Amino acid sequence: MALRSTKYDRQLRIWGEHGQSALERAHICVLNCGPTGSEALKNLVLGGIGSFTVVDASKVCASDLGNNYFVDWDSLGQSKAKTVSAFLHELNDAVDAKFVEESPEALLESNPAFFSQFTLVIATQMQENSLLKLDEICRQQNVMLIIARSYGLAGLLRISVEEHDVIESKPDNKVEDLRLHNPWPELQRYADEFDIDTTDNVIHKHIPFAVLLIKITQDWKRAHNGKLPANVRELKVNFLTITARRRVEEDEDNYTEALKSAYVVLFPPEISTELHAILEDKLTEVNASSPDFWVMVAALKQYIAKEGQGEPPLDGAIPDMHSFTDYYIKLQKIYQARAEADVTAMVGHVSCILKQIGRDSSSITRTTIKHFCKNTRHLRVLRCKTLRDEFSSKAGPELQRFLANEESSHPALYVLLRAVDHFAATYNRYPGAFDGELEEDVSRLKAIAVSILNDMGGGGAALPEDLISEVCRFGAGEIHTVASIVGGIASQEAIKLLTRQFTPVQGTFVYNAMSATSLVLNL
Amino acid sequence: MYYCRMQDVGKAKADVAAARVMQRVKGVTVTPHFCKIEEKDISFFKDFQIIVLGLDSLEARSYINSVVCGFVEYEEDGSPDLSTIKPLVDGGTEGFKGHARVIIPGITPCFHCSLWLFPPQITFPLCTLAETPRSPAHCIEFAHLIQWGQDRTGETFDADNPEHMKWIYDQALKRGEQFNISGITYSLTQGVVKNIVPAIASTNAIIAATCVLETLKIATMCSTGMDIYMQYTGTEGIYLRTVPHDKDPNCIICSPGVPLEVDKSITLQKFIDTLFKDRRFKLKLSKPSVSYHGNNLYMQAPPVLEEMTRPNLQEPLVRLMGGEKSDVLNINDRRLSGVLRVRVTFRDDAETIDMDTVGTH
Repeated sequence: MALRSTKYDRQLRIWGEHGQSALERAHICVLNCGPTGSEALKNLVLGGIGSFTVVDASKVCASDLGNNYFVDWDSLGQSKAKTVSAFLHELNDAVDAKFVEESPEALLESNPAFFSQFTLVIATQMQENSLLKLDEICRQQNVMLIIARSYGLAGLLRISVEEHDVIESKPDNKVEDLRLHNPWPELQRYADEFDIDTTDNVIHKHIPFAVLLIKITQDWKRAHNGKLPANVRELKVNFLTITARRRVEEDEDNYTEALKSAYVVLFPPEISTELHAILEDKLTEVNASSPDFWVMVAALKQYIAKEGQGEPPLDGAIPDMHSFTDYYIKLQKIYQARAEADVTAMVGHVSCILKQIGRDSSSITRTTIKHFCKNTRHLRVLRCKTLRDEFSSKAGPELQRFLANEESSHPALYVLLRAVDHFAATYNRYPGAFDGELEEDVSRLKAIAVSILNDMGGGGAALPEDLISEVCRFGAGEIHTVASIVGGIASQEAIKLLTRQFTPVQGTFVYNAMSATSLVLNL
Repeated sequence: MYYCRMQDVGKAKADVAAARVMQRVKGVTVTPHFCKIEEKDISFFKDFQIIVLGLDSLEARSYINSVVCGFVEYEEDGSPDLSTIKPLVDGGTEGFKGHARVIIPGITPCFHCSLWLFPPQITFPLCTLAETPRSPAHCIEFAHLIQWGQDRTGETFDADNPEHMKWIYDQALKRGEQFNISGITYSLTQGVVKNIVPAIASTNAIIAATCVLETLKIATMCSTGMDIYMQYTGTEGIYLRTVPHDKDPNCIICSPGVPLEVDKSITLQKFIDTLFKDRRFKLKLSKPSVSYHGNNLYMQAPPVLEEMTRPNLQEPLVRLMGGEKSDVLNINDRRLSGVLRVRVTFRDDAETIDMDTVGTH
């Protein structure tokens, strides 16, 4: 065990023990183990997934030596799946390594039930018609799917799951939930104990900024008919000036902090549009088969209407504040106590709901509910269209919009990467496979791409000519660097899906390796 | 690290990586050097056409940036001599975030031009650590930065020594108990003391591969290159964007001539004094040597050269520069890893202003 926590130390600091356990319970299937599949899998093996199965029918050949790190000279002629599996197992022998020497396309036909044993399938370098079948199978069997493609100097990635709920989205920009504009009784009582006009200079500069802002806001409200500063201008011109004037010495860090954080008085964290949508989701009408997530959201809705008075449960965490240890610890305990009280209220609502839907009222633990409460402002629900729906949706106008602006390479690549598969279905090879036919392939590919765009309702939009030529020049090559980037991104999305932390990408991610740019298309 | 196996623990990373790559890719020679980059003579870097960085500190990046920018020679019109340019490809990661960039010294912004891109390092005020700790990190840093020196005088703290780390942890715990602060763990102690940056294989792979791709593009011209700085974040969806930046024409590292106006009557000595008064240069210099188009105007070392050039200090600078109204002087200093190029422009006598106010704007 000691060795495990040392081995995974750097990543444990990101997703914690519970995240690591989720990875260790995961069974991953990777379809095709060229560089894209191998590189994606490598990152997951290093991350410590429970097991993987590689599916690939091909044998290691000379050209693999030039773009796949997980084969070598000794393995020439052998099963690529077997070779890659063995190499990857060496990286982390705690991971269970398996392989199937068959083509993913054949497996889809002969044994669709094969996929039901997996938590997640990562399908690399597969063509559109196979992906459509695979998507249906995965949806039926409730298996998560990531589609990844690296094609010359371009790449594409898309998640396909019916619904993915995230409690711990850990957004980068969190506004502190300090309730300074509206302190609850215990917090107000604590602030009342302070005289921020004290003549004791040492105390003056050690009063936590939260208390300063509560008191100054209180004074402001008294002088302005109970109202907060009306807008940013009033905040900057008046509120901040008043605050700054109370400074007695230059080096009062608590006042510096107060000035920096004063905006939370005017702009406390709100219920975001995302959270609103979740609260209004029809799945909040829970029944016996509802997942725990939705039971807790239903409870949250009730809490907000009742105890919360429009607010979700208090986070309870506060930033460091320049102050005496004593003052700060007391303040910290007040926030923690309020957060605990909110958890208790939520537990009440959850129990009630569970009873109503015929479940054991303690089947969702306080620990789980507390974890939920700490993250209510940042819940995420991801829902993906099926591939079939995406292709048959009239997304043309949306694509047209993007094609008209300066990031046009990305929607163009989206269409062209679909077009190359249609090309392959017609001509039994990819465009640019033969040098001698390059020019004709460019016209052929263009015609197919235009037709796809038309079918999507985006007729008339222009695809950049030089990009069409470039895509032919790529000759469907799988370059190690691009495959590593696309595979790297695929593995990262996999980790987010498996740990249920952070927010997976919604839509189709299109990557342009020529300019090192990208765009996510929601079609 | 995926090139390492259990039996490699304890060996130099450079040696292990080199051996493994050469084993796998026939025909390539990888030469490992197990040392800090600053330990190499500057001429070592002149041997390479492209330099790719996988460094873990701003200081290291700053260093190599200065070296490579110092190699660039400029024509009369301020344009760089292309044959003296060595591109740098740099990348870095932290958790789900990363960056990659291409630096073509003399043409794109150098590392120093865009130092503002990097957020300031967080340090705790001493009075907080000593008198009013409030967080577990405060307790840990007190034990690490203050208590160690007091209780284990003479012993150098070694973050890789488990006994030393455990001592810090135990002291931090005691301090936490004293101040009623909870949450001090051994893992947090290591994280704070070693400034551990969380890392995941996927981000490292994405950034490393991006750097390699850009390097291959430079070497083969197979495609347009990144223009010029790529940022990547994977916490919320996938954010991968490249933005151009402008070179800072006054960058003291890569500018063909940082502008400096001086009086026509100024001597070389006074000029050197001016450099020390100038906010842009004073912290970077200790004993500057000055040269003009390859001619040594004043050399601080070796002693024989110093003696020879010392009389120049009393000469009017304008005369030493052949009467030119404006031209570039090269300043070398052991504190600088590259050369500082200053474009001196002589003010007409009628425009004379107080020497002490020069460089304070």
